[in-house]
Amino acid sequence: MSLDLLSAFAEFGFMRRALAGCLALSLAGAPIGTFLLLRRMSLVGDALAHAILPGAALGYLAAGLSLGAMTLGGLIAGFVVALLAGLVARATSLREDASLAAFYLLSLALGVVIISTRGSNVDLLRVLFGSVLALDDPTLTLLAGVASLTLLVFALIYRPLALETADPGFLASVSRSGGPAHLVFMALLVLNLVAGFHALGTLLSVGLMILPAATARLWTRSVGAMMALAAALGFASSLAGLALSYAQGWPTGPAIILCAGVVYALSLAFGRAGGLAARA
Amino acid sequence: MGDAMSAVTLRDLTLGYDGAPVIEGLSGRIEQGALLAVVGPNGAGKSSLMKAIMGQLSPRAGAVALGLPRREVAFLPQAAEIDASFPVDVYDFVAMGLWRRIGLWRGVDAAGRAAVAAALADVGLEGFEARPIRALSGGQRQRMLFARLALQEARLILLDEPFAAVDERTVGDLLALIEGWRAQGRAVVAVLHDLALVRARFPDTLLLARRAIAWGPTDVVLTPRNLARAAGMVEAAHAPPRGARA
Repeated sequence: MSLDLLSAFAEFGFMRRALAGCLALSLAGAPIGTFLLLRRMSLVGDALAHAILPGAALGYLAAGLSLGAMTLGGLIAGFVVALLAGLVARATSLREDASLAAFYLLSLALGVVIISTRGSNVDLLRVLFGSVLALDDPTLTLLAGVASLTLLVFALIYRPLALETADPGFLASVSRSGGPAHLVFMALLVLNLVAGFHALGTLLSVGLMILPAATARLWTRSVGAMMALAAALGFASSLAGLALSYAQGWPTGPAIILCAGVVYALSLAFGRAGGLAARA
Repeated sequence: MGDAMSAVTLRDLTLGYDGAPVIEGLSGRIEQGALLAVVGPNGAGKSSLMKAIMGQLSPRAGAVALGLPRREVAFLPQAAEIDASFPVDVYDFVAMGLWRRIGLWRGVDAAGRAAVAAALADVGLEGFEARPIRALSGGQRQRMLFARLALQEARLILLDEPFAAVDERTVGDLLALIEGWRAQGRAVVAVLHDLALVRARFPDTLLLARRAIAWGPTDVVLTPRNLARAAGMVEAAHAPPRGARA
């Protein structure tokens, strides 16, 4: 990347703020995305991200584009849907992914209708795709706080969560921590989706979790390395995406996700641990 | 009661999931230091019995009484429950057998590392420490699981079909390990299919088919008559009720 592209970061505060926000999202998104992938829950993450929308929309309806109201609404909706999906899966013959798909389709439709009743198409776009170039101080503080909390809590639940993923039968035989670890993980997921929502919107917030983790999976053979590489990839994609969007006038969130996607596609072909070239 | 000496006491145990019970009215004892095979047709309730002893399946009626603390019981479920694609190496996987010492947050100290190395050597997996578990063959994977079991230092060890899809040489090595555990006074209960192996190596057998068809010395239990009865009981239980569609 030429110095020209990077000069935008030196010149404009909003570019640096965007980069700082993306750093927070990349750091916290890496362990979450890694375990979503390893637990075969990538689509669950996607579904939950959509489920946040009606909650955030109700917050918007009550208080306009307010950080507090939309965060609170998003958190409540996320937790409710995560719980409901689990309950429906347990109480009916539908599997959890089917009930999640049903919930998220309804949530998305409901959220769009709620926002459209009061706001403009600009507001709707902002909710769907985020506003990473307009992160104010309170929002940045929220992103940084969520990231710090996530890394701290993840350190506490790491061992039971990893064991529950690799060998749930063994964990159940030595400890009862598997269930609580899963619940805490789901809570962190919702928390990070809501944080990501402010920067990347409801449709893309899961992107900085899944794409870097999936890419890292193709290069690494241990969970620790996978998480570290995913964080680095997330940040690098953010940097490239921000610079590209500044230079070309592309929408920023999608540009970031596209950059992560390009690295993912290349890794699919050339990744050392399971890429096409390594298998041939 | 006299139960204090037994590792496990089953009192009129009935187990079941949603529909019909899988085990009905099972009573008996597993003594400390016992080497017991559990055999029976598919659907006889063997795995359910293991889960009930582990406390992972609550009895519908009756009770399972443990004569030792729960943490002294180790359980090797069927291999299918392990995600072999999980990116972890053999060393880290086996080290989790130290759970009683390290729990949720503590690290593995020098004594722990020595114990892991010894356990790996005992199962013939020296030099495999850095291999990812996905790269192991079926037999090697089972050796790895036995190394982890050994580290748990349990006084009662439950094995659910430990030799399914395992090569003959590995079976021999693992049987030697099991007999070593028994010599140390630990009790081992194994769900098995290979009756010849049970006759050759297991002094006691429980023949299970929803009820205990027979429980005692292996040569008394595994008679053709008992085996035929066991097969008949499970078939009867799985046959559609009269009047149901064929």
